[in-house]
Amino acid sequence: MALLLGFWSGTAAAQDDEPGFRGTLTATPEEGDRFPVEGVRVVLTADGAEVGEATSGADGTWFIAAEAGSYNVAVDTSTFAEGISLKDPEATSRDLELSPGQSRNVLFALIEGEGGAAPNVKSDLERIPGLVKDGLIFGLIIAMSSIGLSLIFGTTGLTNFAHGELVTFGAVTALGLNKAGLHILLAGLIAVPLTAAVGAGNEVGLWRPLRRRGSGLIAMLVISIGLSILARYLVLYFVGGRRETYNQFALQTDGYDLLGFRIVNREIWIIIISMTVLLAVAFAVNKTKTGKAMRAVADNRDLAESSGIDVERVILTIWIAGAGLAGLGGILFGLNQGVSWNMGFELLLLMFAAVTLGGLGTAYGPLLGSLVVGLFINLSTLIVSSEIKNVGALLILGVILLVRPQGILGRGERIG
Amino acid sequence: MDWGSILAETVNKFFGVQAAYFALAAIGLNIHFGYTGLLNFGHAGFMAIGAYGLAISLQNGVPLLLAVLIGLLAATAFALLLGAPTLRLRADYLAIVTIAAAEIARILFRATEIAGFNTREYTGGSTGINGFADPFKDLNPYTGSVDLWFVSFSRNDAWTVTVGWALVLLSVLFVHLAMRSPWGRVLKAVREDEDAARALGKNAYSIKMQSLVLGGLFGALGGMIFVLGQSSVQPTPQDLGAPKTFFIWVAVILGGTGKLWGPVIGSMIFSALLQFTDLTLRGFQEEGIIPTWFMDGVQVGQVRFILMGLGLMLLMAFRPQGIFGDKRELALDVR
Repeated sequence: MALLLGFWSGTAAAQDDEPGFRGTLTATPEEGDRFPVEGVRVVLTADGAEVGEATSGADGTWFIAAEAGSYNVAVDTSTFAEGISLKDPEATSRDLELSPGQSRNVLFALIEGEGGAAPNVKSDLERIPGLVKDGLIFGLIIAMSSIGLSLIFGTTGLTNFAHGELVTFGAVTALGLNKAGLHILLAGLIAVPLTAAVGAGNEVGLWRPLRRRGSGLIAMLVISIGLSILARYLVLYFVGGRRETYNQFALQTDGYDLLGFRIVNREIWIIIISMTVLLAVAFAVNKTKTGKAMRAVADNRDLAESSGIDVERVILTIWIAGAGLAGLGGILFGLNQGVSWNMGFELLLLMFAAVTLGGLGTAYGPLLGSLVVGLFINLSTLIVSSEIKNVGALLILGVILLVRPQGILGRGERIG
Repeated sequence: MDWGSILAETVNKFFGVQAAYFALAAIGLNIHFGYTGLLNFGHAGFMAIGAYGLAISLQNGVPLLLAVLIGLLAATAFALLLGAPTLRLRADYLAIVTIAAAEIARILFRATEIAGFNTREYTGGSTGINGFADPFKDLNPYTGSVDLWFVSFSRNDAWTVTVGWALVLLSVLFVHLAMRSPWGRVLKAVREDEDAARALGKNAYSIKMQSLVLGGLFGALGGMIFVLGQSSVQPTPQDLGAPKTFFIWVAVILGGTGKLWGPVIGSMIFSALLQFTDLTLRGFQEEGIIPTWFMDGVQVGQVRFILMGLGLMLLMAFRPQGIFGDKRELALDVR
């Protein structure tokens, strides 16, 4: 992995925790997605004297290194591209404090069109179809990522906190291949088997030996947390802290206007791929011999073993399939929201919410729970600001544990 | 490379602000995990709530002691909220809920407005709150920096360190008395065999809840010392997010779970170890032993997290009882 990532780690020069000011300049058009704005000069002054400047790159990012102190950060509006202006024409600069070692994000809201004009604000009712679409897409991504988490728990009892890192690994590997020149679809076709292989390595190299040694479930839970930190910071080490996008589909605005919402090609691809894969998984779990063996092992391990099922092989199969699905989920998540080193950890908490809601250990539970969580997160932005939308999903987690801890599809056995 | 100064700074860290607030938080986590077997993976949430409770109160002119009390009350409420849905369930649900709740707390502290209510006025949003610690600094009896023969602290640090370690000693004494009491024995009984404790008429749910609250209070105290020491509270993951929780976990396991002095010694060793690796790596880098294409200044900071993850895995796999722990006192197979 180090070798794979090594050749493009040099691009991430300005890392997230380097002290100074940074930001990403994006403009919001009247219709469609935000896009980055290149070539804007940002000037940093202290006590009236200019101490630094930067020009936004192709992805709209800029960074000015600075020591602790009081500064004024300003954008040079004369460097704006045609048609771009500040959302609030007065807000060209900002007075900010920087504490030692701090890395501060500075936002300048840009729009395409005349400054000061009210952007095309939709009423709550008009926003609902678009939010439902976003919610379903996000739900499909969570579902694909969390099937493995649920089945691994069902068969081995392991609450795998390192599952999110499989998601990150898939997305980051595809990103590396993509930056090396491969089309994202091709990069994905290579990254998914690689993630599956990492999953198999996890099982064979770590969890199986630990089970053989008779490690307790709690010890394994703590070990999975250690593994999660280790893997996450290895990715940060080699990839850097920036959120990056794939070369294809990144800022796509081509799409179709449907009943009250707009769907772009990227989203259509995500829906097609995830629906196909999820249907294939459902078929495999239901109809194939291996799928039946999986359900048998998840149901009652000892009984399955005594009726001649090779339990260790079934568990390995689940790891391979589950990791591959998580990797694919990561790639689709990256397509939708960009790739970053801690995307998997962010998704992990939502995956836990989804899996618990649907029924931990079941095969279909994650799907149902994920759709509910995806919808709930997006629809909650009608009431709360989008920066705290994930809170809703985590609140669901608390409520479901209070009223129906086995989840919607789980059986009502005692889990206390 | 100046090994002398590296050694001196490492020794300083044994007794520094970080070791002191780690120790306070670790004493709390030891009550949770070591004595009761609760899997609290949201300890940074308790620290954040204590820290913000204190900082917001001080910012609005509340006297210091009352502000501390407010922080502790907030942490109590947080513990009750976490415990209610999870403590009747299998142990790993608490792990999931606490890690999620700590993240919720951090997101809410970082938010600018919550459902139309402008919270940035109080929490400072992503900037956090700075310079609220004056009421604490004003009490500083030291007039200059403090130099003992093996450690030296700036005037501010010396005061924070004094208060921090005084609290640690009081906490250790408190835990010592509490765990010798009948209450402490019930706590361990619940850890060893919850069903047996219940069969003897003990209310395991209530006992676990009490433990969650009590440990959370020490977590909140740790968070307070932390933010008073740097007189700034910020909702970043490094400061009050999941990585901080994991640091405390390593400190507890390193020292030995379920041991009175374990978390304190673990915190001292771990703080010093972090500083030592950091300085050594930076030293190697300046000498050119580690080329910068392989590791630059920012990456050195990330190595400590990589080592922490590896350390947690290895400790748990090969020496789960830590340095001073007793394997029989380990609650690893509670379900």
